[in-house]
Amino acid sequence: MTAVRLAGMPRRGAGMRPARNVAPYGFVAPTVVLLLVLMVVPIVLVIGYSMLHGAITTTAPTFVGADNYIALFTDPDFWNAALNTLVFTTASVVAHLLIGLGFSMMLNSRLLGAVPIAIFRVIYILPWLFTAAIIAVLWRLLLDPQGIVNYLLQAVHVVGSPIAWFGDPGTALFAVVFMNIWAGYPFFMISLLAGLQGVPTELYEAARVDGASPLQQFVNVTLPHLRPIVISMAMLDVLWTTQQFALIWLTTGGGPISVTEMLSTFTYKLAFTGFDFSSASASAVVVLAFSLIVAVFYVRSQRAER
Amino acid sequence: MADIALTPARARRHPKRKIGMRIALLIGLLVGAVFAGFPIFWMLVSSFKTNTEIFASPPQLITQGFSFDAYLAVLNDPEEIRFFINSYVVALSVTAFTVVFAIMAAYAFSRYEFRLKKVLNVVIIGTQAVPPIALIIPFFGLMVTLGLYNTYGGLIVTYIVFTLPYAIIMMTSYFNSIPRELDEAVKVDGANAWTALWRIIVPVSVPGIVSVAVYTFMISWNEYLFALTLTRTNDLRTVPVGIQLLIGQNSYHWNQMMAISILGSIPVLILFLIFQRYFIGGLTAGSVKN
Repeated sequence: MTAVRLAGMPRRGAGMRPARNVAPYGFVAPTVVLLLVLMVVPIVLVIGYSMLHGAITTTAPTFVGADNYIALFTDPDFWNAALNTLVFTTASVVAHLLIGLGFSMMLNSRLLGAVPIAIFRVIYILPWLFTAAIIAVLWRLLLDPQGIVNYLLQAVHVVGSPIAWFGDPGTALFAVVFMNIWAGYPFFMISLLAGLQGVPTELYEAARVDGASPLQQFVNVTLPHLRPIVISMAMLDVLWTTQQFALIWLTTGGGPISVTEMLSTFTYKLAFTGFDFSSASASAVVVLAFSLIVAVFYVRSQRAER
Repeated sequence: MADIALTPARARRHPKRKIGMRIALLIGLLVGAVFAGFPIFWMLVSSFKTNTEIFASPPQLITQGFSFDAYLAVLNDPEEIRFFINSYVVALSVTAFTVVFAIMAAYAFSRYEFRLKKVLNVVIIGTQAVPPIALIIPFFGLMVTLGLYNTYGGLIVTYIVFTLPYAIIMMTSYFNSIPRELDEAVKVDGANAWTALWRIIVPVSVPGIVSVAVYTFMISWNEYLFALTLTRTNDLRTVPVGIQLLIGQNSYHWNQMMAISILGSIPVLILFLIFQRYFIGGLTAGSVKN
């Protein structure tokens, strides 16, 4: 890679001169326009809205400074949503990692033939190929009081009577977490599998020659190799999970009695059922700020690995 | 390679342990397969049931009333067909635009040094972290102002903005793997950069372009939040939103909801199965190896 680049460099410099530096701007023009109008402008707008009273709904909104933020941070519903998001995200990411690691290690095993492993791999990727709206409807069917999950749990006497998993305040958060775990582990699994396949076989052989047990091989050879992947996947997953909207919206809608209210559904309701776009914008900016902080850590960790 | 040669010797040494490990692995894999696959299997089975069989106790695995009625009901409903048409129009348009814009931008990133490059690079990486929920409010306001609320155009342009950054990253890393000598040679012959890109670089980049296209199509086909918020009338709803409307209308037509779920997943499933390798390769190259 470096060799090619070094060899190409002087010539590229020479070739660039006639075109001046106009050409690259032409190539990036559509991207720049789109990102400016529909990414930079909206971010500026939402920050602006968050400091107004009556944004979008009134013709002459008034500037209120940090009032919306103060109201937000003193609103117990906001903190409830923030706490739920924390629980939802932590549980999901940890489970995604553990299941992804377990499945990818099974798929990476050489004890079975290539064909059965390929079949299992396709099955394991399946949940990833269905969109959130469909997954939500499917789990509503599965977890219905009369549905198959309740039937099976009753058959093995885990539960005595049918449970409305999404409707019962005691189980709703667990149910949406479980659904999200099912929906999201394959991305971890695929990335970890790629990582496992990249571990040089010689390292395992060397470890075996040195008398390392399978557990020692895992701790001393496998895990260090997977570390960068685990860190970057975990941060991406935190980003995605904190933003999860469709799964929640289409199963519990944040209820019952707000036990599954997340920052995303909380913000959406403020805006599109309460039509309080200013408060919703303040909440949206908080979500945005959090995401950008995670993103900065993500980029830093990527640089550190290099 | 060396490992395969070693295996027989090791198997001879611990034949019993090897078989035991195989069985344990197989059991583990089967448990995982039930966890991953059973919900999908149940969706498929339920779509072939009559609605009265959906919650039959004990549950019907292979249904007595096996029928395609639910599928026929979906396919004979002009409103539901419209959801599919809308999804195709939007997803295919977005894919076309995103691919072209990504090829152009990636070429600039891969082959030129220019003043905006660093800033733009940061913006492109940064936008990936911007949560859709944070932008839904200004997008709603902007689309109303621009007259794009409740139009195909509004959805298409929105999805382009959200798919373009990652498409550019994928495309740039692909172009970086193509020797510069290739396009330099053409330019020496007097062709300009535009010709070099489309005549020389694009034809040898088909695998990279395919994975960008598949990624873009899947994201657009599956999107829910903006489709829900930026459209109002049912004739502009896409499949993910349409499924939800079905819940509202006929609360308990579960078999039809499962049928439309299957039908709505088929494009993505087919794309994935065909382009599995490109797609996973492209995704992991972008997100892991960097």
